[in-house]
Amino acid sequence: MPVRRLPEDRGGDLELARLIRSEKEVEGRYEEVWTLVDEDALEQWPAGPGAVVGLPAPRIDGYAKARGEARYTADVRLPGMLHAAVLRSPHARARLTRLDLAAAAAAPGVLAVVGPGEVEGVDGDAPFEGWPVAAVAARTEGEARAALRRATPEWEELEPLLDPDEAVRRGSLVAPSRTYERGDYDRGLAEADAVVEAAYTTQTLNHNPLETHVCVCEWRGDSLDVHVSTQGIWGIRSELAEALGLAPDRVRVLCEYMGGGFGAKEGIGTYLLLAAELARRTGRPVRCALSRREENVVSGNRNATRQHVTAAARADGTLTALGGEFTCSLGWRGWLPPTAGPMQLLYACENVRTAEHGAKLNLPPMAAFRAPGFVEGTWSLECVLDKLAAELGIDPLELRRLNHAETDAMDGRPFSSKQLLECYRRAEPHWRRRDEVRARSDEVWKHGMGLASQIWFGGGGPPSYAWVRLGSDGRANVVTAMQDIGTGTRTAMAQIAAEELGLTLDDVEVQVGDSARGPYATISGGSSTLPSMGPAVRSAAADAARQVLELAAQRFERAEGTLRLDGGRIVCSDGESWSLAEITSLLDDGQILGKGARGPNPAGMRILTFGIQLAEVAVDVGTGEVRVEKVVAIHDVGRVINPLGARSQVEGGIIQALGHTFSEARLDDPRTGVVLTKTLDAYKVPTIADVPEIVCELVDLPDPQLTNLGSKGLGEPPIVPTAAAIANAIRDATGADVTSLPITREEVLRALREAQERERVGALPA
Amino acid sequence: MPELRVNGNAYSFEAKVGRSLAQVLRDDLGLTGTKVACGEGHCGACTVQLDGVPVLSCITLVHTVEGDVTTIEGLREHPLVDAFVREDALQCGFCTPGQIVSAAALVAAHPEPTRDEIRHGMAGNLCRCGAYPRIEEAISSWRG
Repeated sequence: MPVRRLPEDRGGDLELARLIRSEKEVEGRYEEVWTLVDEDALEQWPAGPGAVVGLPAPRIDGYAKARGEARYTADVRLPGMLHAAVLRSPHARARLTRLDLAAAAAAPGVLAVVGPGEVEGVDGDAPFEGWPVAAVAARTEGEARAALRRATPEWEELEPLLDPDEAVRRGSLVAPSRTYERGDYDRGLAEADAVVEAAYTTQTLNHNPLETHVCVCEWRGDSLDVHVSTQGIWGIRSELAEALGLAPDRVRVLCEYMGGGFGAKEGIGTYLLLAAELARRTGRPVRCALSRREENVVSGNRNATRQHVTAAARADGTLTALGGEFTCSLGWRGWLPPTAGPMQLLYACENVRTAEHGAKLNLPPMAAFRAPGFVEGTWSLECVLDKLAAELGIDPLELRRLNHAETDAMDGRPFSSKQLLECYRRAEPHWRRRDEVRARSDEVWKHGMGLASQIWFGGGGPPSYAWVRLGSDGRANVVTAMQDIGTGTRTAMAQIAAEELGLTLDDVEVQVGDSARGPYATISGGSSTLPSMGPAVRSAAADAARQVLELAAQRFERAEGTLRLDGGRIVCSDGESWSLAEITSLLDDGQILGKGARGPNPAGMRILTFGIQLAEVAVDVGTGEVRVEKVVAIHDVGRVINPLGARSQVEGGIIQALGHTFSEARLDDPRTGVVLTKTLDAYKVPTIADVPEIVCELVDLPDPQLTNLGSKGLGEPPIVPTAAAIANAIRDATGADVTSLPITREEVLRALREAQERERVGALPA
Repeated sequence: MPELRVNGNAYSFEAKVGRSLAQVLRDDLGLTGTKVACGEGHCGACTVQLDGVPVLSCITLVHTVEGDVTTIEGLREHPLVDAFVREDALQCGFCTPGQIVSAAALVAAHPEPTRDEIRHGMAGNLCRCGAYPRIEEAISSWRG
C-alpha cells in the first residue's frame, strides 16, 4: 500500500505523517491524545441511500437472538466451572467487627474463599451499601450464597453522609467543583427585560440492563480468559491487566452477545477481580453474576441532581444571561458529568456562568448512563426556557430559533455540521397542531404540547481498526474486536462493508467480541461506536476492494482505474463486466485481507448531535395523572446507515426517558442510606402498556467534515430532551410547572396548587 | 428420577428440592435460550409455556411441573421469529426469547390480537432497550 499522508488541515504533520495530536471525546470528557493514523482517505458517498447503506436492514444477528441461539455471557458454561458469590455490606457506612470466614470455607460445595484485604477494593470498611467484603467460589450459585450466610458478619454502623448540599458545604467532593464563565453574567442580567429563576431536581436512576453484570474467568497458565458482559472489551483488557500486573495480551476478553449496558458496563468492577482471584485459587473457571438486587445497588447509577438555574432575555427574545449551579449526588466514587453542558453549548448566549459540584456521599457510586449530565442539564435548561418564553410572550419554538448558535458558543469554533434549524423547520407542522391539541381539553383532562431541543456529543474518534477478509467463496468477513451492546452495530458494519464491496448484506459476516481475534475497537458508549468503527470498516473494505480490482486488472488485462465493484460484479468502464467469483474463485485457500483505520476528527471543529422533540400530553387535573399521547423526535446525526435500527434507537431512547420522567427512581432510606428499590417491581421500568405513539424523523444529511461516512452516533441523543418536552407540555396544558423528576402525581398536584396560588395572588388588586 | 417433558422430548433430571425450572432448563439441559434476568418473577425474561400457558420459569419449582414445557428452542420455527426480526422487535435481545414465548401463547389464544390485547398480554415482559413499538408491530403482523 502506498504511504498515505494526511493533509495538514486534518491534523497531519508532514514530518510525522502517521502520529498526530487529536482531541478525543468520550461522553463529554475531552482529552488530547497522540493518535496513530492509518487512514484510507476516501470520498464520502453521496447523500441519500446507496445500494445497502441508508436502506432499512433487519439486524443480521436477529435470528440468533430471536431463536435463543445467541450465547450471552450469562449463558457461558465452561467445564468444571464454579460459581462465586460476594458478601457485601448491608449498611451505607459501617465497620466490620466479626466475620467467620472459616465457617464459609467449610460450607458444602465451597472450594475457595477471599477475605477482606485480599483483593483491591474488598475490605471491612464499607463506605456504601453493597461494598464487597469477601467472596466464595462453590459448585453452585446456591451453595455459594448459602456459604456467605454462614460467615455471619457483624457490623458497627457509622453515621452516613447522605445530603449532597451538606457534603458540598463540608468539602466532601468526588472531584473538584467546576466553574465556567463567559462574557459578563451580571451585566447580562442587568440588560434583561425578563429574568426567570427556578430550582429543579432529578432522581437517582438505575440502568437495569436485563443481563446483569456477569463474567466467567478462566486461567490458562499465566494468561486469563475473561468472558464478560461489557461495553468495552479493550478497557476490560487493559484495566484487568494493570490490576493483576499482567501484560495486556495475557488477558483475553470475550463478549459475543451482551444484554444491554446503557453505560453501566464500561469498567471492570470488583466482582470481576474477585472472580479472577477465585479462579486463580481454584484452578477452575469461576463465574460471578450479580443478582438483580446487587445490580440495583452496586452497578452504577445516573446520579441525582439539585439545580438552580436562571435565564434572562431582552424583550425581543435575545438571551442575555444563563446561569446555573448544579449539585450532583455522585455517591462514593465516579466523575463529575457535564450537567452544565447544555447551558454552555445549546444557545448563542454571550453571558453564561455555571458551577458544578460532585458530592461525595455514603451511597453507591454513579456510572455513565446514556448522555450523562446532558439528560439532567437539558431538563432544567429547557424547562426554564419555556418559563422565559411565557414571560416574554414569545413562542417557545421561536425563542429557540432566535438564540440558535451559529458557531460553538463556548469558543467560536465552527461546527463540523449542524442541522438544528432544519430540525426546527421540520418541527413546525407538528408544533402548529398545538391549538388543536389544547382544544381537546375538558374540565378534567387538559391537553397540551411542549418541546425541547437536544444537544450532545457523538462524533467518535480514533483509534479504531477493522479487517475485511475475502475468501474464495466471494463472501466478506469483517473482523474487529468490538462488541455489540444491542444497538445493531454488527448490522451497520455489515452494511458499510457490503456497500463498499458492492455485495449484498447476505454476503457479509461480522465477527466481533474477542480481543484476541481482531484489532482494537472503541467502546460501545458515548454514541461513539458507529462514528468510530464505521469509517474503519469502510476503509478496510475499500482496501480489500482495491486488491480485488488489482487482481482483476491483471487477470482481465484492463487498467486498474477503469474497474470498480458494483452489484457483486467487477465492472469496467468499457462496458464489460465479470462476476466477483471469477477473481475470488482463483484464490483457493488464499485470502484478500483489507485493513482499515478510523482517521482523525477534523481539526478545530466542534462535532455535536442535535435535535428537537415535541410531546403531546393529557393531564387529569383532579388526580395529577399524566398521559403522554405522542412524542415526535427529530434528530440530526449526520448520515443514517440503517434507518430501521436508527428508528429503534430513537424509540428505545424515548421509552427509557419516559421511565426517567414518570416511574423510575432509586429510593434510598433518608436515614440509613440503604437502597429500598432493589427489585424490578419496586424500580419501575416502562412496560409495553406505557408507550405512546412515537414519530421518528432523522435529517439524514452526511456531515461533510466528519470521516469517510459523515455519520454521528445516535445511541444517546433521543433520551436527552424527552423529559423537558413533557414537562413543557404539562405546563402548556395546565399552567403548572413541574420541577422534579420523576413527575409523580404528587408532583403534578403540587405544581397545580402552586399555579392556582400564583393565579390567585396575581389576580389580587395591587 | 423425575422427568421433564420439554419441546416434545422427555428428560430425566436430578434436582434438589427448591431448584427452579429455569435452572434445570439452563444448567442441566443446556437450553440457555430461556434467560433469567431478575430471578424473582418480575421481568418475564424466563417465560416458558406449560401446556401452552406462559409461566415464569425462574419462580416455578421444577418438582411441581406437570405437563408439557415449551421453551424458545421449541418455537424456533414459529412465524413470530420472522416477525420479530423483520420488524426489528429486538435490540440487545436478552428479553426476546421470553417475549416470543409470551407472544406465541397470545396469538394462539387470539390469532388476530388487538392493540389492547397485545399490550395486556405482553405487559409482563420487560424490555429495557425499549423495543416495545416494534414488538407490538411484530405481534400485530405475526403471520407475515
